[in-house]
Amino acid sequence: MWTWFHKLASPPYVYRTAAALTPWFLTLATVAIACGLIDGLAFAPRDYQQGDAFRIIYVHVPSGWLSMFAYTCMAVAGAVGLIWRIKVGHAVAAAVAPIGASFTAAALLTGSLWGRPMWGTYWAWDPRLTSELILLFLYVGVMSLRPAFDDPGRGDRAAALLAIVGVVNVPIIHYSVVWWNSLHQAATVAKIGKPDMPGSMLWPLLSMFLGFMLFFGAVLCIRLRGEVLNRERHAAWVREAIGS
Amino acid sequence: MIESGFWSMGGYARYVWPAVGIACAVLAWNLWSAWRFLAAARLRAHRTLAMDAGSGEGA
Repeated sequence: MWTWFHKLASPPYVYRTAAALTPWFLTLATVAIACGLIDGLAFAPRDYQQGDAFRIIYVHVPSGWLSMFAYTCMAVAGAVGLIWRIKVGHAVAAAVAPIGASFTAAALLTGSLWGRPMWGTYWAWDPRLTSELILLFLYVGVMSLRPAFDDPGRGDRAAALLAIVGVVNVPIIHYSVVWWNSLHQAATVAKIGKPDMPGSMLWPLLSMFLGFMLFFGAVLCIRLRGEVLNRERHAAWVREAIGS
Repeated sequence: MIESGFWSMGGYARYVWPAVGIACAVLAWNLWSAWRFLAAARLRAHRTLAMDAGSGEGA
């Protein structure tokens, strides 16, 4: 276990592993997303209350879930970089940030498109929507903070600190529909053992979850290789890795 | 479902299809920007290696 953990701190090992994993992640993600989207849009039964508008769930919920998952990954990677001074941790945090920010924006936009026919408005200062918007600002803050320092090491540490402090927003987003009165519907999938959806609606959603997670893995691997190369471009192993 | 107005989405087409479009655009942008980022990093690494080799020969 610790040997594997130490290997993950090695930039050449991370670069090669990420390169090997990318095509697998990408292929499986394409299959899972295609299956989930076709099944969800064409074959899942329409909701008895929301009609076909509920089908937005198949892109909105995986985007929202990924926005929180990516932020947690970024905070953990930043903490690994800060506590153990592992440079790869900061590289992972830097690679995750734009991916997470884009899926947060997707969750907000698709959610507002769902909100218009259901709530009668594109936007409301609802706890779930507001905390998700704060998540987007946190991502933007982390991405802006890193290059704001002349010393890249200080930029990494400052961004990691902000990511760690901001992670408190993740449980707030998740439990906002429980803690406060909210326009947003309560959890339907994340109820352990007893989701509120029938299987014909749930399976496409789970396929989309899996597809988005695999896609996140693929894009993270590609971005991580770029981050590692940027940070290690004077190292001897880079010549062999990029084939010059 | 497909027979009974797949494209009209039961009257919600103007909300469902843009939402699907946004999600697909975000997926495509992520992939494109990640490859572009990696390509730029590789180019930068090539240039740095060439400069390092040049300064090594000059020394």
